[in-house]
Amino acid sequence: MSKERLNLVPQGTKALMLANEAIARACLEAGVAVAATYPGTPSSEIGGYLESMSKHTGMYFEYSINEKVALEVGAAAAVSGLRSFVFFKHVGLNVASDPFMSLGYVGVRKGMVVLSADDPSMHSSQNEQDSRFYARLAGVPMIEPATPAEAKEMVHVGFEISEKLETPVLLRTSTRVNHARGIVELRALPNISRKGHFEKDPFRFVPVPAVARKGRIRQLECMKSALAISEESPLNFEIGDGSVGIIASGVAYTYAKEFIEDACILKLGFTWPLPEYKVKKFLRRFDRVIVFEELAPLVEEHVQRMAREEGCQTQVLGKLSGHLPMAFEYTPDTVLALREQISVKNMKKTPKFESIPLPTRPPVLCAGCPHRATFYAVKKALNGREAIFSTDIGCYTLGLNPPLNSADFLLCMGSSVGAAGGFAESTDQKVIAFIGDSTLFHSGIPGIINAVFNKHHFLLVVLDNGTTAMTGHQPHPGTGRSSPSPTTPVDIEMMLKGLGVHNIGTVDPYDLSATIQAIKTALDTDEFSAIISRRPCPLALMRRGKLERKAFIIDKSKCVRCRTCFTKFTCPALSWDGIDVSIISELCIGCGCCAQVCPKRAIEVSK
Amino acid sequence: MTFNILIVGVGGQGVLLASRVFGEAAMSEGHEVAMSEVHGMAQRGGSVSAVVRFGRGTISPLIPKAGADLILGFEPVETYRALQYANENTMIVTDVQKIIPITVTAGSESYPEVEKLITAMRDAGFSVLPLEATRLAEKAGSKLTVNSVLIGAVSALKGFPLSEESLRSALIASVPEKAKKINEQAFDLGREAVKL
Repeated sequence: MSKERLNLVPQGTKALMLANEAIARACLEAGVAVAATYPGTPSSEIGGYLESMSKHTGMYFEYSINEKVALEVGAAAAVSGLRSFVFFKHVGLNVASDPFMSLGYVGVRKGMVVLSADDPSMHSSQNEQDSRFYARLAGVPMIEPATPAEAKEMVHVGFEISEKLETPVLLRTSTRVNHARGIVELRALPNISRKGHFEKDPFRFVPVPAVARKGRIRQLECMKSALAISEESPLNFEIGDGSVGIIASGVAYTYAKEFIEDACILKLGFTWPLPEYKVKKFLRRFDRVIVFEELAPLVEEHVQRMAREEGCQTQVLGKLSGHLPMAFEYTPDTVLALREQISVKNMKKTPKFESIPLPTRPPVLCAGCPHRATFYAVKKALNGREAIFSTDIGCYTLGLNPPLNSADFLLCMGSSVGAAGGFAESTDQKVIAFIGDSTLFHSGIPGIINAVFNKHHFLLVVLDNGTTAMTGHQPHPGTGRSSPSPTTPVDIEMMLKGLGVHNIGTVDPYDLSATIQAIKTALDTDEFSAIISRRPCPLALMRRGKLERKAFIIDKSKCVRCRTCFTKFTCPALSWDGIDVSIISELCIGCGCCAQVCPKRAIEVSK
Repeated sequence: MTFNILIVGVGGQGVLLASRVFGEAAMSEGHEVAMSEVHGMAQRGGSVSAVVRFGRGTISPLIPKAGADLILGFEPVETYRALQYANENTMIVTDVQKIIPITVTAGSESYPEVEKLITAMRDAGFSVLPLEATRLAEKAGSKLTVNSVLIGAVSALKGFPLSEESLRSALIASVPEKAKKINEQAFDLGREAVKL
C-alpha cells in the first residue's frame, strides 16, 4: 500500500482495493491498537498491509506463532481497553478455537473483531469447513460481507457491536470476498493510544467453574441483545421485488443480485444470531423462498425451522431440498440450477469448439526450490527402500506430485510430526516426517516433544527455507525478522537439543551428495533423529534483491538425452523440445542441483 | 451495461498487475468496478486468472460461462482453456508464446501446436487476435513488459470501452519509476501491432 493511501487522504476519497487491503485500511480507521495473525490464504495479505502500515500509525502488529496465540494476544489487548483485530483462515479458527470458546464467556472491554476467511472450493486449503458454526458454538455474534466495500464497512460495524455487547465479533469472509477488488471509500485515520490498562476483575476474567457459570449466563444474555441488534441492523436489508423471495448472504448475494430477475432479495449481513422476526415476516410474504449461501445450509436450516414455527406453507428451497449444491463455491452459473423456479437473466452461450487435449498446469515447486533437492536426496538415500512420508502444510506439500512422490499423509498444520509418531508405533515401515520452519514453530514442537518422550523412532526433516513461503514470505520466530524491530532468531538446532533430540544434522540441500549421506546415516540411527535442510527460499531472496544468479548451460556434446534431469528432478527451468534438453535462462536461478543430478555431468556453469 | 474481462496466464507473468491496470482505468473513467483474482497454491508456474468487470450495477466478482467480453491470454494453452467463458462476440487477444508446463517436460502430457489452437478457435467462429507479445516485449527492452504490450494492444481494439489515455496512465502509475519508459514503449508496440 502506498503512503498516500495511508495518511491524510481526504475523507471520502475512493480507491480500488483488494478486500484484504480494505480490511486492513478499516482497522486503521477504526483505531485498532493491536492486531495479530498467523498467515493463511485467503486472509494472508491483510498481514502484509497491516505490517507495513502499522509502522506509520503506532498500531502494534504481530505475526504470532500460531492462531491460538494470536487470539490470546488480541483478547488481552481488548480486555485492557484497546481495540484489537485477529485474523486467519478457517482452519486457523480450529487452532484458535480453544481460547475462542471461553472468550464469549468472559467477554472483552473494548472492541475485538476476529476474522475467519473460509475457502469454498479449497483453492488453497485441506478442507472447506464453514466457520459460521463457530459463532453459534462460541456464542458470539457474526457478520458476513459480500463485497470489498462491505468488508471494509463491516470492520467498523463489528467494533461497534463488540463494544456495545462487550463480546468479540466474528467477521466471516470467503475467498471470493478476500480476493475480490472493488471501489471503497476511505475515512480519516484517528490518533490511537498504544497502551491500555487492565482493570482486574478475576471473578469475570478467571473462569474457574463458579465464575464460568456466571459467564455462561452472561454469554446467553449477550446473544439475546445481539438478536435485538440483528433485527434492527442495516446489514440486513431487502432489495428488488418479484414473486419469489431469496435469502442470500456472503458473496452468493452478488450472484443472486446480478443474475436473477424478478425476485425480492433479503440480504443478510448479520447472520448470527439471525434476525428471526425479519426473516419470519419475509417468509410470510412468499409461496417460495430460496436460500442462497455458500458451504453449509446454516441459514437454510433455521429458515426451515422458522417456516414451521410460523405455520406458513412457504416452500424453502436450497441445499437441503437438493436445488443447490452442498459442495464447493457458488458462481454466477450456480443460479442456472434455479431456472425452473425463478427467472434467470438471459445468459449467453459458448459456440461449440473443438476439444483439443490441453496439458494440465499444476502448481509446482519453483525453479531452484531447495525443497525439490531435499526430496530428491531423500529418495536417493532410501535407494528404493519403502518409507512413509508424513507431510505438512506449506509449499513442500507439492512434493506430493510425481516424480518426487514425497507425501503420503497430511491432516493439518503440525500433523506431520504427531502422525509420524503414530506410524512409527503402528508399522514396521521407515517413517519420515517433513515440516517447514514456520510450521515447525506453529505446531510441530509438541509432536517433537511427544516423540522424544514416548521414544517414537522416525526421521524428522525440517525444510528450513527461512520464511513462511507459501503465503507470501511472512516472518516467523526463526527469521529474526519481526515488526517493528528485529528480534533474536530462535536457533532450530538449539531448540531441538533443548527438547531432548540427540541426533541432529544440518545440511545444505544444494549439496546433494552431502545431503544424501546425512540422510542415510540418520535413517540407520536407531532413535528419533532430525535433519535440518537449510537453504533460503530463492523467491524471497529475489524479492529482497539478494539472489545471486549463476547461468547454467547444457553441453550438448556430453548430453546423452537420458532426460534424468527432468524426469527425476523436474525443475521447471529445464525444457525438452523432443530432441535436446535445454535450460530456460529466465527461470533458472543457478542452484546447480541439476548439474549434480546429471549422470554425464553435461550441465555446467556458463563461462 | 457491464463489460467483462477475463485475463488468463501462468503464475509469474503479471496477470494480476494487468488486471489492476484495467480496474484502475475503469475507476478513473467513473465506472463501478468488481474484480477477483486467483491466488494459486505455489508462487510460480500454475494457471492463474483474474476477472475485471465494470459498468452500472456491477457487483459480482465472477463472470458466468460465455460471459466474457474480452479474454486476454498471456499464453495460448491458457487462452484455449478459458474458451468456455467466450461467446461469439467475445474479443480474444492472446500471446502466441508457449510456456511448457512441467507435465509436458516430464513426458506425461503433450503440448498442442499453437497454430492448431488458433485455427480451432477461428473455425468455431471466435474472433481471435494472436500477437507475438513476448517478442514485442523483448523488442521494447524486457520480456517482463509482456503485460504492457498486451494492455497496449487492447487499448487499440475497436469497441473496447476504456480510453487509451486512462489505460496508459493507469499502467504508468503501476510500474516502478525506472521501468516507466520501457513499459510505455511496450504499450506503444502493442498498440501498433493491432493497428497493422
